[in-house]
Order: sequence, then C-alpha cells, then structure tokens
Amino acid sequence: MESVHNSPTVASSPASFSLRRTLKARPELLLIPAVFVAVVVVWEAIIRFFEIPIYIMPAPSNIALALVNTGYLDNALYTLGEAMLGFLLAAVFGIVLGGLIAQFPLAEKTLYPYLIAIQTTPKVAVAPLFIMWFGFGMTSKVIIAATIAFFPILVNVISGLRSTDPARLELMRSLRATRWQIFTMVRLPGALPMIFAGLNIAIIFSILGAIVGEFLGSRKGLGNAIMQMNVNLDTAGVFATLFVLSAIGVCLHLLMSFLQRKALFWADSSRIPTV
Amino acid sequence: MSVMSIVRDTSFSQEAENAVNGPAAIVVEALEKTYATHDGGKVQALGPISVTVPQGGFMTIVGPSGCGKSTLLKLLSGLIPRSAGSIKVNGEEVHEPHRDIGMVFQSPVLLPWKTAIENVLLPARVLGLDMASSRVRAQELLDMVGLADFANRYPNELSGGMQQRVAIARSLIHDPSILMMDEPFGALDAMTREVMNLELLRIWRKAGKTVIFVTHSIPEAIFLGTHVMVLSNRPGRIADLVTVDLPAERGLDIMSTDAFGVYSKRIRSQFNTQGFI
Repeated sequence: MESVHNSPTVASSPASFSLRRTLKARPELLLIPAVFVAVVVVWEAIIRFFEIPIYIMPAPSNIALALVNTGYLDNALYTLGEAMLGFLLAAVFGIVLGGLIAQFPLAEKTLYPYLIAIQTTPKVAVAPLFIMWFGFGMTSKVIIAATIAFFPILVNVISGLRSTDPARLELMRSLRATRWQIFTMVRLPGALPMIFAGLNIAIIFSILGAIVGEFLGSRKGLGNAIMQMNVNLDTAGVFATLFVLSAIGVCLHLLMSFLQRKALFWADSSRIPTV
Repeated sequence: MSVMSIVRDTSFSQEAENAVNGPAAIVVEALEKTYATHDGGKVQALGPISVTVPQGGFMTIVGPSGCGKSTLLKLLSGLIPRSAGSIKVNGEEVHEPHRDIGMVFQSPVLLPWKTAIENVLLPARVLGLDMASSRVRAQELLDMVGLADFANRYPNELSGGMQQRVAIARSLIHDPSILMMDEPFGALDAMTREVMNLELLRIWRKAGKTVIFVTHSIPEAIFLGTHVMVLSNRPGRIADLVTVDLPAERGLDIMSTDAFGVYSKRIRSQFNTQGFI
C-alpha cells in the first residue's frame, strides 16, 4: 500500500565500465570540454589566418601566455576580498532587515514601494559617490559591492518570509506558539529556498560591485588591472583577466550551489536552480 | 454505547446529561458564526448549534461542502472567534486554542526539513515540555501508528498515508484529551483511506481520547463514529444527530451489514430532503 522512495542503488562494476556508462548517461560531460576545444581551435585559426593584430584581438595562445606570465593572484585575492566582505555585509543586513520588515506588516507595506524604487535604480550609478565619500582604498569597494548585493537578498528574504504556508501558521497557532517560535521554527526555515536564491544572485553581484568600484578609482584589484592593460593596449592581458574573473564567478556559484544543496536537502529539487 | 445520547435542544440540563453519560468533554450552546459583508450586512455561516460530546466519544461531522464543517471544527478548537454562544472544553470556556486539544488537518502539514520524529516533537518544543521524556513518547507514538522504523525519515521519503500518520502521532504528543480531525484522509486513495480508518479506530480505542472528526463521506462517518452529526446546507445547522450502535470492535465488513445500511439510509435521506445530493 505504501512505498518508500529509496535512492537508486549504484551497482558496483569495473572502473572502465562505469566510466563508459557515466558518459553514456551524461554525454554533456564529454561535450562541454569538446565545445571549449573547438572554440579555442577555431579562434586561434581565424586570428592566424587573417593576421589580426594582437592589440585588437589576441589569440587563445596569447591569452594563455598572458595568464601564465602576469601575476594575477595578488589582484584576484584583493578583488575577491572586497567582494566577499561586501557580500557578507549585504547578507547580514539583508537577512536581519528583511526579517524585521517581514515581522511588521505595516513597516513592510510602508517601505515596500521605496525598496522597489531603490532596487530598480541602477546602483552602479551611485558608485562614484561612494568613491568620493570613502576614498580609493578597499572600503569604498566593499560598500559598493554590499549595496549592489543587498537588495536581491532583502527582497528575497521578505518575499520568502511572506510566502509561509498558511497551514503551517495555523498549526503553530493551534499550539499557541509565540511570534518568535513561529519565526524560528516555521517562517525562517521555510524561507530558506528563496533566501538562497537571493544569495546566489548577490554573490555574483558583489564581484560586479567590486570591479565597478575599481574601475572608478583604485590602486589594486582585477578591475584596476583591466583599466591599466586597456590603456597599454595589452588586450591579451585584459582577456586573461576576464578569464580569471569568470573562474572566480564559477567557483563562487559552485560554492553557493553546494551550500544550498546541503542546507536545502529537504526542498523540492525542481525549485532549486542547479549549475 | 446505546445509552449514550446527545442532547441537541438548547434547553437541556447538563446535570441530567452527566448523570447518564459521565462527564462531557465538549459542551456547545447556541454557537453561531456570522461574517460581516463589505456593504455592512451580516451573513450567517453557521448555527445556532448546541451539542454535547461525552468524554471518550467519537463524533463525526458530515455535511455537504461549504456547510461549515471545517468552520465548526475551527470554532471548537479556538482557532477562530465565534460570533455568539458558548463552547466549553472540559468545563473551560474556549477563547483561544486549548492546550487539551490535538489537531489533525486536511493535509499532514509536516515540516519538510525535520525528520518524522522531530515533526512529532514539534508541539512538545512549542509548549516547552520536557524533551527527554517527550522523545520517548514520540517514539512510542510512532510505534503506535505503525512507523517505528521511520522515525528518522524525512517527510518527502514517506507516502501520503504515512505522512498523515505522523501528523496523528504529532497531535497526540502533548497527551491532549481531545483530538480534532478535519477530513484527515480526504486526500488519500480509497484503499489507503480504509486502512487509515481501521488504524484510527485502533488508536482511539487504545488512547481513549475524545475525537471530533469532520468528513464528507457518509460511510466513513458511520464507520468511525459513536455519534454522527449531520449538518445542513449553509448556514450549517444540525439536521440530524445519529447515535451509532455498532460493535466498538469493527472491521470493514461491517459496512455491508443491514444495520450499517439503515444508518446510511437515514443520513442519506437527510441529504436528500436538504436537496444537496
């Protein structure tokens, strides 16, 4: 009458067999690197065939050389540091403020139009002000990153807390649960899928914020490096920097997806965006 | 069982009732629920209803959809305020959800991030009961509902019937004397539903609780109940109160007996005269 959904058991088999089987089941594991190789080969061929100057468009080989010869670690860590500090600030403020706003319906109703107005304003446009107020150091970039990352978190925290299943609230009311018990036991855990979706957007936005801040005025960081290389017509260097940036982005995304899967093992997997 | 009677007119004497049946678990007098309409008028949703449920009784409430069965249950449990009348649970006037009531809803309403046993323990946590002894009790309740081996499973690993059993165990963790169930098996398939009905009767006999059970199935109402309250169309009033005099130990085969058919016919005729079939 009743069945338990067990996870499929993996049959043990020789390594070569299981590899072949895996590739058969997931051909994209082979196709993803194949696309990369194909793009690189065609790109390299076009550059060489038409003899396009390196300062207009570098070949993949030039980019690879620039990647190896230029030290990116320092700049990458600097930018990553700014972005992560900004992200943490945004996460703490976004979750706390979102939690408070969602607890008081009047506050929510009063503030919501303003939040929407601010969210729809491009925060990048405010960045020059932060440079003016907080200088060329790390602080201004952290604040720019935090500002940009803050709103997707805040909005998702509020709508996540607001969309609590009424049946769960009724259950808690039938037990005469306090406001705090309802918040910690039902509302907050139930809002986690939405909160994680916000954090996922925010962590990428925080890198964007750090780079924009560095464009506007900075002495270090990958954004600063791109500006300098652009001035020196070091196009290969710019491409190499972009490569580093996208690698950082992918790593952060994977990290968030990992945390999400750990924290939301119970949620309907179709609701969790995966890589 | 047959001596148990339910007084439905408003001018009943509680002493007389108690003398016959022992103490009453729930006493409802002239209960009404009205809603205000947007143009300032009032709509009568329910009542007036007067009824007494004896301790240890199993009252099923049956009626057409929209007649206010669920509203009546929410009123009795104190989840929504009444417009008039009085509700006494174990002699105390009900104004808010009562500590001595366990609720089972139409859907299991389990928290998907908690295991079965943690879900059962939720009321104990909310009410601040001793967790060590509650944990022992939670495991006993899971044993009782036949889920001894599923304590550490998450809800999405359990079937619909199993989830509803967890919900029943949860409603009993704080040892309430009254269990209120709002169409708890409505979403289950017919086979599972019959098994759950048998389980519920077994649990009721074992735990000795007073049960109020809302359903829209006439056979389910007769099969489970010691008393069946038939509600009329909106505004829901008591159209009939049937005392079911069938053996307490009953199996599914009782549904094909003549006695069962007589009850079924009586309730169905109420439905017919009301014009809601």
